[in-house]
Amino acid sequence: MSEQPIIQIKDLKKVYQVPGGEVVALNGINLSIERGQIYGIIGMSGAGKSTLIRCINKLDTPTEGQVLIGGKNVLAMSQKELLQTRRRTAMIFQQFNLLMQKTVARNVRYPLEIAGVDEEKANKRVMELLRIVGLEEKANAYPAQLSGGQKQRVAIARALASDPDVLLCDEATSALDPMTTQSILALLQEINRDMGITVVLITHEMAVIRQICNKVAILDGGKMVEEGTVDDVFMHTKSAAGRRLFGILPEQEEIPRQSAIRIVFDANAAGQPMISKLIKDMDMDVNILSADIRQLNGKSYGQMMIARPEDPVDVKRILEYLRKEGLTVEEVHAS
Amino acid sequence: MSWEKLLPLLWSNALETLYMTLTSSLIAYIIGLPLGVLLVITRKSSICPAPTFNAVLGAVINFLRSIPFIIMLALLFPVTRAIVGTAIGTNAIIFPLVISAFPYIARMVEGSLDEVDHGIIEAAQSMGSTNWQIISKVLLPEAVPSLINGAAISITTILAYTAMASAAGGGGLGALAITKGLNLSDYRVMFSASMVLVAIVQIITVLGTRLTRALDHKKR
Repeated sequence: MSEQPIIQIKDLKKVYQVPGGEVVALNGINLSIERGQIYGIIGMSGAGKSTLIRCINKLDTPTEGQVLIGGKNVLAMSQKELLQTRRRTAMIFQQFNLLMQKTVARNVRYPLEIAGVDEEKANKRVMELLRIVGLEEKANAYPAQLSGGQKQRVAIARALASDPDVLLCDEATSALDPMTTQSILALLQEINRDMGITVVLITHEMAVIRQICNKVAILDGGKMVEEGTVDDVFMHTKSAAGRRLFGILPEQEEIPRQSAIRIVFDANAAGQPMISKLIKDMDMDVNILSADIRQLNGKSYGQMMIARPEDPVDVKRILEYLRKEGLTVEEVHAS
Repeated sequence: MSWEKLLPLLWSNALETLYMTLTSSLIAYIIGLPLGVLLVITRKSSICPAPTFNAVLGAVINFLRSIPFIIMLALLFPVTRAIVGTAIGTNAIIFPLVISAFPYIARMVEGSLDEVDHGIIEAAQSMGSTNWQIISKVLLPEAVPSLINGAAISITTILAYTAMASAAGGGGLGALAITKGLNLSDYRVMFSASMVLVAIVQIITVLGTRLTRALDHKKR
């Protein structure tokens, strides 16, 4: 089962020369992406995530380090090899980047044209691809006549035309409204599942990561500060950047003045009124010190601090009760 | 001059003007279009970066553009004679017209290609396009409406240059207005020749605008 990762990034560094100095956009990134994964890279703007994804297909040339796709170093490839690799590593963008003077069908046909596929075969494939993204009836429309979501669907169809192994998504949903974002994410998931295409996406939206990614890397100031499965990283957020992105406010990171119990809500606590159940079942008062819970895709995520009762027996009962309910709980002691 | 004599003169000189304008425009585009493409793609941030080449080319183009046409005409006399066989007449003026127009056209083309969103070029790169494919299938086709608009402007500029053809013994409406109008104080000739020029400019401009609009799919 130890198949080679489809993408490996080793000690990647990117330094931009700017007037009067240099800007380090990426500072020693190491990560590997397994075949079939949906790998999310999240960070605030300026964290370097866009530079990172653009280094994968060498739209940006790293200053140091290696990018291996299927074990081959992209940076050491000949121009011809690079072009072939890019065809297997398709990309979609925040601003869609469609050819504005060409119809939807011609846009989707572009990768086939440059690969020299004959016209009849290409046209058949174009219709197939438009069916997959649900835009057959728009084949002869121009991009300017489409909505944002439709444009991104065309871009996805175009990206799939070259039968890629990997789909790189550069903030692909950031210009879309929440409803459209959902449908595009569902499409990406479908593509990943049905065609076995590895998806690498960068985003600044936690919801995107939560919804479709298996693994996540958090970038901050050009460094990877956390990496792991989405659940792991969310449940045990270690970095300040991670806490910011997951909506855990910095104030709550301070050690509370009084001893408390920290309850982490994740997908398992879906829609349950946990605190009121606790009060009823335990027949005790609960003093909420702080809470930051958000709803994501119908599930509650976040954390809550409740005051720690005086009696150690009560503390133990609360902890056991909540753990049985599937929540992550821990005691936090006052400074 | 009577209208009976003037009308055929207007017609034949209009044809001569169109011949000079369109022939030199065509040749100037054959030279200027690739140079405009080079000006864009050899920039530092573009697909074929060559900053030194870009700077030199830009400087040469600026130099040629800054020479007034009438001076260029005189300066090029010996060269024109060597190439065309004569420095005088309608055919002889096409050479200096081309030399004056192609740097202008190169800049016009550069401007049109600049309007193509860099993201689209990046997308083409990400799909594994060669530079040639990017130029021929992305950069130029995406810029077509703007290139047409630019062509209408360039052609009318070249048309204005042809009015100076009389200085080199060339024909056309400009020459007619000067030699048989202004110089002989025949204002009917001068005005009517000028009016035909105005009409031609109007037609080219309107056609250019219409064609640009018809070909542009960027706006709904």
